[in-house]
Amino acid sequence: MNSFIAFIMGPMVWISVIIFLGGLTFKLVGILGAVRQKEPYIYSYMTLKHSLRSIGAWMIPFFPRSARMSPIYYGISYLFHILLFLVPLFLASHIVLINEAFQISWPALNDSVADGLTAGVIAALIFFVVRRFRVPEVNYLTSAMDYILILVVLLPFLTGFLAYHQWVAYQWITVIHILSGELMLIIIPFSRFSHMLNAPLTRAYMGSEFGQVRQAKDW
Amino acid sequence: MKTKENPMTDTPSSVEKPTDPAIESGLERLTPDRIQQVIQDVLKKETGPRFKAYVETCMHCGLCAEACPYFLSNDRDPQFMPAAKVKNTIWEMLKKNGNVSKDFLRRAVRISHLECNVCKRCSMYCPFGIDIAYMMLLVRRICHKLEITPQYIQDTVNSHSVTLNQMWVKDDEWIDTLQWQEEDARDEFEDLEIPLDKMGADIMYSVIAPEPKFQAGLIYQAATMMHAAGINWTMPSTPGWDNSNMAMYTGDNEISGRIARAFFETAAKLRVKRIVMGECGHAFRSVYDMGNRWNSWVMPPFEVVHALAFYHELLTEGRITIKEKYKKKVTLHDPCNVSRGRGLHDKAREVVNMVCEDFVDMVPNREHNYCCGAGGGVINCGPPYKGERMVNNRVKAEQLAATGAEVLIAPCHNCHSGLEDIVHHYDLKMEIKFLGDLIYETMDKKIYTPGA
Repeated sequence: MNSFIAFIMGPMVWISVIIFLGGLTFKLVGILGAVRQKEPYIYSYMTLKHSLRSIGAWMIPFFPRSARMSPIYYGISYLFHILLFLVPLFLASHIVLINEAFQISWPALNDSVADGLTAGVIAALIFFVVRRFRVPEVNYLTSAMDYILILVVLLPFLTGFLAYHQWVAYQWITVIHILSGELMLIIIPFSRFSHMLNAPLTRAYMGSEFGQVRQAKDW
Repeated sequence: MKTKENPMTDTPSSVEKPTDPAIESGLERLTPDRIQQVIQDVLKKETGPRFKAYVETCMHCGLCAEACPYFLSNDRDPQFMPAAKVKNTIWEMLKKNGNVSKDFLRRAVRISHLECNVCKRCSMYCPFGIDIAYMMLLVRRICHKLEITPQYIQDTVNSHSVTLNQMWVKDDEWIDTLQWQEEDARDEFEDLEIPLDKMGADIMYSVIAPEPKFQAGLIYQAATMMHAAGINWTMPSTPGWDNSNMAMYTGDNEISGRIARAFFETAAKLRVKRIVMGECGHAFRSVYDMGNRWNSWVMPPFEVVHALAFYHELLTEGRITIKEKYKKKVTLHDPCNVSRGRGLHDKAREVVNMVCEDFVDMVPNREHNYCCGAGGGVINCGPPYKGERMVNNRVKAEQLAATGAEVLIAPCHNCHSGLEDIVHHYDLKMEIKFLGDLIYETMDKKIYTPGA
């Protein structure tokens, strides 16, 4: 058991981070190469200014009309994405592990604050599930994969939450927590989670077409 | 909203769906192998990382729904939301590797040709900027290659192919129409000319084929403005005069490219400095955005000026003066292809305010305006589909009614015809005009008339 835990907390972390970063890099290089080969016109229309203008406009909370028309979903989704990065990266117990391994550290969130934010992430995921059931147009688009993806994100946060409180089977919960966190990282480049790479690219292209050619706003 | 026969409550399912002879006979000719081969060919050879990213990136969030007039007009029926149209066409084709049934294709033709104006509003509501209109055009491309394009719009493409204009206007009829307008206008303005093939003119004026076919008065009006403003202009006498391009909307990219190329070559032959075009949206898109790309120009080889921008120029430079402003309460429809497509909405408002006394805006407006429901080739699928088009345009009717305006300015041919249908169907009691109609009515026409 100890050697198994040592593996998932040691080499497996490396493996999953390498697959995550390497996969996204590989994907990006692949996209840029394929664009050059098959759709080079895209580069003729992309401009840095209009790409950043569009991405920037969509980063400002409730600035796009689309966001203002669905404020609840947009607001929850916006916070959810921030917390998705913020909580794991600034969690005291994660920083301790990194400090042990690399002797580097950074300020951590207060534990009870982090606990509350984790609950927030879980609540947001539950909201997404309910929304998929309840809103007809979202339900119409939903496939099993959409729930699987939600589950993949839910697992590390839920088990992290349970592990922190140590209510039941602490050790097992922690093992699942570590494994599911690694699973999420590994899955990102191979699933629609890769929108973390694709979305800025598609937004930048549409922003460029609107800014440069159409001379209109796209938000 | 109270209307004739209560059309607001009709849903498409209660409207009789006509069977289109071109679609039906096309489907009859198809074999499963052929269907699969064409779909695979198009998806493999004509798409790339852009399409792949669009398919891979959609998180099924449903935010695009709010953008679509079809969805809003059909009581938020999910099958009309943009992403659902992709789901029911392209996703399925991809999933089944092109092995789809004829019933599926019959539905795909309708979705792509009749339930989407390719207005691109949804890519402004998708946080990722996914271009769903592009994917609907891809479906139309597949339908074109399968030869199941709706009959009426296919006929306009046939006309383009044979005559290089959309309406089977014969070469001599074109010249004859221009000379007839010139002759009529000379009764009012003695030295007015519609100069044909004048080499090196500052401006080539270009129109869509429906103008000589049945709206020749618009050419008369344009000539009057050119005359009053003292413009050095010309119109081509040869094929290539028509800037419309229905092939762009059926996915017949080869013919679409030919039309745009002939158009630019006509301007090049005349060695004009710029091209000015009448109030048409899709034609502008065809030569400003699409046709140039097919012919490998990043941007058009000529400066292409839409009527809205040209009017703005004439009025702000004082080449045309308004004698007396138009009195009635007007509102302005922003055509997708020149507002969302070229950002001309602010100039349009400035012109309207220079010409009219009482202007009220629609909500939403500018880039966010609802499509007229006719554009993107939808109205060109013809009378058999008018009933369902009216149902699908309900939200536009509500938007128009809310303005309380007496006159609706529609600076685009497709919008003009589509809005005409909406106004009649929903009994809105609005008069529809081109912006040029109002300028013609209010401008000082005497500037260059003899003896003045």
